Amino acid sequence: MARLTFLEAIQSAQFEEMKRDDKVFIMGEDIVCNVFGTTTNFVENFGLERVRDTPISENGFVGAGAGAAMVGMRPIVDVTLSSFLYPAMDQIVSIIAKSRYIYGGQARLPLVVRSCMFYGNSNAAQHSDRPYPMLMGVPGLKIIVPSGPRDMKGMLKAAIRDEDPVFCFEDATLWSGKEEVPDDPDFVVPIGKAEVKREGTDVSIFAIGGAVPMAMAAAKILAQDGISAEVVDPRTLSPLDRDAILKSARKTGRVVAVDPAHRTCSAASEIAAIVVEDAFDALRAPVVRVTTPDTHMPFSPVIEKALYPNKDRIIAAVRKVVGAPVPA
Amino acid sequence: MTAKANDRSLESYRRMLRIRHFEDRAEAMHAAGEIPGSLHTYAGQEASGVGACMALRDEDYMVGTHRSHGHPIAKGAALRPLMAELLAKATGICKGKGGSMHLSDFKVGSLGETSIVGSGLPVAVGAALGSKLQGNDRVSLCFFGDGASNEGAFHEACNLAAVWKLPVIFLCENNGYAVSTPASAMVSVKDVAERAKAYSMPSAIVDGQDVEAVFEAVTEAVTRARTGGGPTFVETKTYRYADHAVNMGRILLDRGGEVDEWRQRDPITLYRRRLIESGVPEATLDDLENEVVAEVEDAITFGRESPYPTQEEAFDDVLSERLPIPAFLTA
Repeated sequence: MARLTFLEAIQSAQFEEMKRDDKVFIMGEDIVCNVFGTTTNFVENFGLERVRDTPISENGFVGAGAGAAMVGMRPIVDVTLSSFLYPAMDQIVSIIAKSRYIYGGQARLPLVVRSCMFYGNSNAAQHSDRPYPMLMGVPGLKIIVPSGPRDMKGMLKAAIRDEDPVFCFEDATLWSGKEEVPDDPDFVVPIGKAEVKREGTDVSIFAIGGAVPMAMAAAKILAQDGISAEVVDPRTLSPLDRDAILKSARKTGRVVAVDPAHRTCSAASEIAAIVVEDAFDALRAPVVRVTTPDTHMPFSPVIEKALYPNKDRIIAAVRKVVGAPVPA
Repeated sequence: MTAKANDRSLESYRRMLRIRHFEDRAEAMHAAGEIPGSLHTYAGQEASGVGACMALRDEDYMVGTHRSHGHPIAKGAALRPLMAELLAKATGICKGKGGSMHLSDFKVGSLGETSIVGSGLPVAVGAALGSKLQGNDRVSLCFFGDGASNEGAFHEACNLAAVWKLPVIFLCENNGYAVSTPASAMVSVKDVAERAKAYSMPSAIVDGQDVEAVFEAVTEAVTRARTGGGPTFVETKTYRYADHAVNMGRILLDRGGEVDEWRQRDPITLYRRRLIESGVPEATLDDLENEVVAEVEDAITFGRESPYPTQEEAFDDVLSERLPIPAFLTA
């Protein structure tokens, strides 16, 4: 075990997989200068062929990742900020997601596209996106949003070894958090499996990415009031672990879905829909979503901060579904 | 002509004929309602695709476009799975999930025929990067049209291939039109190849109706790519006889007498004449053509007799594991 930050977990996962398999390489903008600290010592260990700076050409190098994957490589494409995925949407949707399908299984695309969600720090609307819901509507992609260093390392390693394209969304609000992470080079966290982060009986809080630690903090406070909250982290958004979602919803009968993404068609919306469609009979209260409203993210911190989900909003939502009075 | 050159020449002629007969029959079958969807035919451009592919090895990579029928045939693909695909059958090269715009046979080095204009270029660059990282000498050839040269993907791919000195051949098949719009009105340069200069890339402009000229230009580009000299841009001036696509709304174009003029320089007729002049007996060429006709008919029979995909197969190959089949389809 080693105590790692979220960013160190990324570095460690990439380093171990590049050591293990020479088909793995990494490319993206400002990789060589180690802009966020996820490629520390990479150039020294792997050289500039496998640690590759790209021009600012997201559509070009994301597509090149697809081409390299088709001929037997396992690229890690680092798109820096998830807002930079938009110029590459053509390659993501038309090539990466669809090539295996339209060619009847002839194409294989084992690549990982990483990007961080850099929100909450006055970077204005074009640098503060949480865009995974857009890709949830695209068949053919796997989507992971790890919520801590342990999952980050284990899921990224699983993603690099996966046969399918995996989009890894890294919540920058989690960057500095530390956690014990296994040293075993074959430690992986399977894609497609949710995890119950805290057991509870009165309400299920489904939380995504940076909302998980908030939900854990909320659960602790609610426990003091005698409310037992279960916190479930789906971890993978495509494919969603429906069984785990329904199991927890049936167990508690009350659901709060917390998601830093915009409200409309968020991952929280999909979770709510699954619960309402397939566990309606077990529900004892309407499902409540705690999300970011459908406005852009403003620059001024005075008006930005309050828009995202936070501990207090989660507590208020839980009190609402359990019927407890909400303090004024 | 040397014996070896003669082998290549006859194979070039054979592949061009395969494309032409395949397209003629496909058009007729489409008109008869046997082929669903739209049809993007390659007739008129045969020398461009075949000349380029004859300069490649079997294991070299190739990426193409929505006008996808000619490229795999040019690279040597078997006809049966291609025709079965047009007929939407399970035995099709894409198992009935691609159709006319996606005839891509990975067995002959294809990495896709993609129908979003320009989107194949970054893929070809990535395949070339794969060759470089794996230390092999496979090159990557990308077909695209005059229209694609206005896409951002084109420019990004050219720059990437140039700065990384990758073994890519950018093969622009300039057939004069992007759907309904003439290149003269939509492309800022007279020759698309002028754009190669912006990426410090050597370029060549060739008569796309002359299979030997295309072969020679692409051979030079392939040699450069294979020996570490980086990418080359080759523009073939060519022409498609049919409209952009059959059954795609009102995009019929009045091209005046242009089609007839280009038919005067039909690539197959020109090459046949040349082969005869070089001493190949006409009977040899006739026999070869008869074989091709039989081959195309065999592919049609195969396609017609093949089964359609089952409903469950709509859920295969989205990911590496089959997706769950929704209840409304299994009830």
